[in-house]
Amino acid sequence: MISPATVRRNTPLRYRLEAAQCADCGKVFFPARLVCPCGSRKFKAYTLPSEGKVVSHTVIRTAPRGFGDEAPYCMGIVELKDGTRILCQIADCEPERLKVGLPVSLEFRKIQEAGESGVIAYGYKAVPER
Amino acid sequence: MRDVAIIGIGMTDFGELWHDSLRDLFVKAALQAMDDAGVDHIDGLVAGCMSPGLFTGQEHIGSLLADYLGQAPVPGVRVESACASGGMALRTGIAYVASGMHDIVLCGGVEKMTDVSGAQATYALATAADQEMEAFHGVTFPGLYALIATAHMHKYGTKREDLAQVAVKNHDNGMLNPHAQYHMKITVEQVINSVKVADPLNILDCSPITDGAAAVIIAPVEVAKKLKKKPIVKVAASAHATDTIALHQREDLTWLKSTAEAAASAYKQAGVKPSDIDFAEVHDCFTIAEICVLEALGVVKRGQGGKATRDGLTARDGKFPVNTSGGLKSKGHPVGATGIAQIHEIVTQLRGEAGKRQLKDVKRGLAQNMGGSGGSAVVHILEVL
Amino acid sequence: MAGIVGYGAYIPRYRIKVEEIAKVWGADAPSLKKGLMLREKSVPGPDQDVITIAVEAARNAMVRAGVKGEKVGAIYVGSESHPYAVKPTGTAVAEVIGAVNDCHCADLSFACKAGSEGMFLAYGLVKSGEVEYAMGIGADTSQGAPGDALEYSAAAGGAAFLMGTKNVVATLDCQYSYMSDTPDFWRREYMHYPRHGGRFTGDMAYFKHVRGGVEGLLKKAGAKPKDFKYAVFHQPNGKFPMKMAHDLGFTDEQMKTGLLVPTLGNTYSGASPLGLSAILDEAKPGDAILMCSFGSGAGSDGFIFTATKELPKVQGKAKKTRDYLDTHPFYLDYGTYVKFRRKIRKNVED
Repeated sequence: MISPATVRRNTPLRYRLEAAQCADCGKVFFPARLVCPCGSRKFKAYTLPSEGKVVSHTVIRTAPRGFGDEAPYCMGIVELKDGTRILCQIADCEPERLKVGLPVSLEFRKIQEAGESGVIAYGYKAVPER
Repeated sequence: MRDVAIIGIGMTDFGELWHDSLRDLFVKAALQAMDDAGVDHIDGLVAGCMSPGLFTGQEHIGSLLADYLGQAPVPGVRVESACASGGMALRTGIAYVASGMHDIVLCGGVEKMTDVSGAQATYALATAADQEMEAFHGVTFPGLYALIATAHMHKYGTKREDLAQVAVKNHDNGMLNPHAQYHMKITVEQVINSVKVADPLNILDCSPITDGAAAVIIAPVEVAKKLKKKPIVKVAASAHATDTIALHQREDLTWLKSTAEAAASAYKQAGVKPSDIDFAEVHDCFTIAEICVLEALGVVKRGQGGKATRDGLTARDGKFPVNTSGGLKSKGHPVGATGIAQIHEIVTQLRGEAGKRQLKDVKRGLAQNMGGSGGSAVVHILEVL
Repeated sequence: MAGIVGYGAYIPRYRIKVEEIAKVWGADAPSLKKGLMLREKSVPGPDQDVITIAVEAARNAMVRAGVKGEKVGAIYVGSESHPYAVKPTGTAVAEVIGAVNDCHCADLSFACKAGSEGMFLAYGLVKSGEVEYAMGIGADTSQGAPGDALEYSAAAGGAAFLMGTKNVVATLDCQYSYMSDTPDFWRREYMHYPRHGGRFTGDMAYFKHVRGGVEGLLKKAGAKPKDFKYAVFHQPNGKFPMKMAHDLGFTDEQMKTGLLVPTLGNTYSGASPLGLSAILDEAKPGDAILMCSFGSGAGSDGFIFTATKELPKVQGKAKKTRDYLDTHPFYLDYGTYVKFRRKIRKNVED
């Protein structure tokens, strides 16, 4: 759901990959949380790395509303260099190139918009080497 | 805590039911269940429905349905756990009855999905995923299960044909279920060559958009014993577990942990092992789901779900029949109704009323109902008393 | 001495060939290619715009500069195709590189010279000591009207330059701007595509103002064309800058490295900035570089840079301009191109 409030609130996460690390057990949370399953409520600032590899992938051929112009597009679960996993589109990638283990790095891209006259939501997509 | 029995069942046909509104569907299934139980009054109602708000613009349906069923002012509430809303409705009702808070409770599930466009329905279904971290990026539900399929095929060598076989088997079963949305046989080739949705899944790997409702009446076992209906179907276990709703935050993409946890709790409650279960209704929202559920239920070893399907373990004449109703794939998947429809099939089989798809000598069945990509799982074990 | 401390480029991966556009409109591709000295152009993907391009170019510049984002005191993005008519581009760049919240941001426009303006402003602030580091970015995803001559060249790309006084990789030795009020190419408010004065855009606009800019710059600096290792002018096509070069006394050899337009197209506010970044990717310490942008309406910004011994240390730290331009591009057909560029009228969804 794209709105001025949700775009602004997610800016540190989507623009700077800001996450949080539990001060007690070291687990990394993206997005940041208020309480760790270990019970701790203390967290340190943490920034995710922008390089990683694909651990699973698909090609979305029937796109949800707002993504029709990009279909078919690749999506994947990417494991970043520190072990954190994210889900995102894999951009500038031919479907034939997709494979588990494909190295990717995160680029800043437009993710969706609230219609032609609405707010634009930017974020990260994984891009393989050209 | 009192033991609980299911004393009445009912369901509408599943399909594109243009003439029936959400309230029509629920009331029709509920009246059938009440008639089957031989009751004309209930003490409470629990309705499972994923999103009456997004599909029909209607909230507050606990009260709406109690009223339209002619039962106001009894307590009525809607419960939600995405696609596990139906199973959750049963579990909630069981808590009411087992605790002694109410005696006769109607647990129903309903979803009216065809009042909105396909795009709006897809949007509503996607609310079961993590909005900020998954849906935001443009992933769909077929996409999430496709990610599970890719991981499973990579890790365990599961074949594309194994997935297709789930759909073929469930369509074979659905042919014999008069309530099913689809009565058509399909082949593995047809599945693999059907329209691509999210690689490697094609449209015939995916459960459809469906309208429908199902309902059961539950009561304490002592009440059931006084009624004419034999055999009495008792709830031997009711379990529920949660997991991250975001797929990528799970430790193992191929492991349905919430199902495994709920199943373990259910086996413990019922004092049984997986091998003591005769048959099951599981949540085949996508073909890969049934394969993973077999593993999470402990019916086969981790990674062996594809092979087991290929070898016919889960066919109607196999050692562990799964989805004799036709499953979500062929019976249809009116989201909130599914969990209750699974119970409907298990009770039907245990009572010996399943006609052409009747299994022989079944005493104990398991229903596994799952939300989203595995964020929640509800498992019930039913047995003949 | 103030100058560039970090620079970065970004060019999208998609391309379309002149032949592909020409066949739809019944135009003569070989003569277009010859006349424009242009074979193909870059196309932004549906998920790319001036904000995404400016951000990626800025990130590359920050990597080369080796400076923390919070030290950047001003960011200027110049473009003719800012995604919002009202809501800035520069603020998004500031958020991504971590320059928030104490940063001066302004979005600039002056047709194709909006990027070089940003460089001028950034340099001026740093030189005056008002801020420690300031960034000027030129980026565009400009539209060419269907069937119009400009459809063959209107392309997408951008370059970013961080100005500072420490570890400068190219000193900014002299700067000169030349302008007049000349309506050679314009777009009225609420109109979708720009319009232009046809042949009027040559002598009276591009050539007059680039000549004015370069001659004024050389005079101010007391320099001659042969003093420079590299020269780069605004490049709306291959023909204009090469003709200008020859008229002013610059050689093909000097122009070669900065001339990207034959396979990039015209990246408008990114055009001469990208040419400069391609030059910086290979320049050696001591090389003198002359850059002159041109923006319709009309004006030019001229700069003289000298590469320092710091430059070789940073060239390889981020992706080079030619890597973006030459490595495995994706070629589109005209239908996909117009779909990406939203030139197709679709149903209005509720």
